[in-house]
Amino acid sequence: MIPAAFDYKRAGSSEEAVALIAEYGDEAKLLAGGHSLIPMMKLRLAVPTVLVDIGRVGDLSYIDDRDDHLAIGALATHRSLETSELLISECPILAHVASKVGDPQVRHRGTIGGSLAHSDPASDLPAVVLALGGSLIAQGPNGEREVKVSDFFTGYFESTLSDDEMLTEIRLPKAPGDSWNYQKFNRRAQDWAIVGVAAVEVQGATKVSLVNMGSTPLRAAAVEDALAGGASSEEAAEQAAEGTDAPTDLNASPEYRAHLARVLTRRALEAAGIS
Amino acid sequence: MEISVTVNDATRVTEVEPRTLLVYYLREELGLTGTNVGCDTSSCGACTVHVNGESVKSCTMLAVQADGQEVMTIEGLAPSADELHPMQESFREHHGLQCGYCTPGMVMAACSLLEENSAPTETEVREGLEGNLCRCTGYHNIVKAVLACSGQDVS
Repeated sequence: MIPAAFDYKRAGSSEEAVALIAEYGDEAKLLAGGHSLIPMMKLRLAVPTVLVDIGRVGDLSYIDDRDDHLAIGALATHRSLETSELLISECPILAHVASKVGDPQVRHRGTIGGSLAHSDPASDLPAVVLALGGSLIAQGPNGEREVKVSDFFTGYFESTLSDDEMLTEIRLPKAPGDSWNYQKFNRRAQDWAIVGVAAVEVQGATKVSLVNMGSTPLRAAAVEDALAGGASSEEAAEQAAEGTDAPTDLNASPEYRAHLARVLTRRALEAAGIS
Repeated sequence: MEISVTVNDATRVTEVEPRTLLVYYLREELGLTGTNVGCDTSSCGACTVHVNGESVKSCTMLAVQADGQEVMTIEGLAPSADELHPMQESFREHHGLQCGYCTPGMVMAACSLLEENSAPTETEVREGLEGNLCRCTGYHNIVKAVLACSGQDVS
């Protein structure tokens, strides 16, 4: 399978990339690791006429300690998250979840910024970033803006990024310690989650998010509220499918996904030691 | 567009269409047909090569993305024409192949795995090769070959 023809532009900096996508508008797509975009282009589900390759923008692969938060460049690969000593110590759930994306070859190329901007509700990283909270930095022709993670995902493969904006940085709270867990349920090793659940204690509060239970990654707000109100993890997990809109596909019905969400939430909370 | 790629230690300058996938550039432009196309959907790993020393699926990368980079294919692994790379030797020794179609990708993925983890456990080998499918289901001996190549006793 070969993608439809396109013009290829290589950006040397984020400013240059933003200028190029502003010039070509919605005909253009940014190419980072390409592990979501290229498969879609091969299937002709995406047919951009201009690709702006940001893979060489060298200063966006950092994972930094900024004292009260962590800052991650959008082009940091899954492999670099997985092996980052800083993340393993200060935000271990993110390093762990990065190690569960796809397979080693995918993790060598795929980037956190690409995964978030792609906004696939079945992807692992958007959901864990949603659970952690924090903010994302989008660069546009008129400079930068900061978007809360909770406001970022707007629909199926859609985010608040506009056609002329590029995600450049992810700012996350630190979440050290052992109170976290990620449950990914799939049939084959490298598949997307049929349902996934991230549970993590962030600054004293338990956050829970769901993979593939709606058109965006979702916070399991009813579970969080129940836990805050003193419910046991078993009781709280019963609320996991509240307010969700699970999809139906070859793998699972919405009812089965709701069942999985409850079971996986209970397992995640128990494994995280949240009771 | 003209690209310059170091493939198996030799610089190759070629004119390619931007939509050319790395695997077709290797196979059809350079004639390096050791890299196979299997599923063509980044699932099976038959097309695994190294880019700057790391395993990647060459069906899911554009040739233009490899411009200025170092690519190694299965043809570049052996030190000489009459000598195998230790991983290839280990696959032969432990019968880590049946039909052979997945083998180039398996060997390249296995070499990348040992670069990152020089003494993996059996579980780590299995997880490290999760991006490579063997339709003969010959995984047992593949895992054995990789463990043996890392210097571990598999007898």
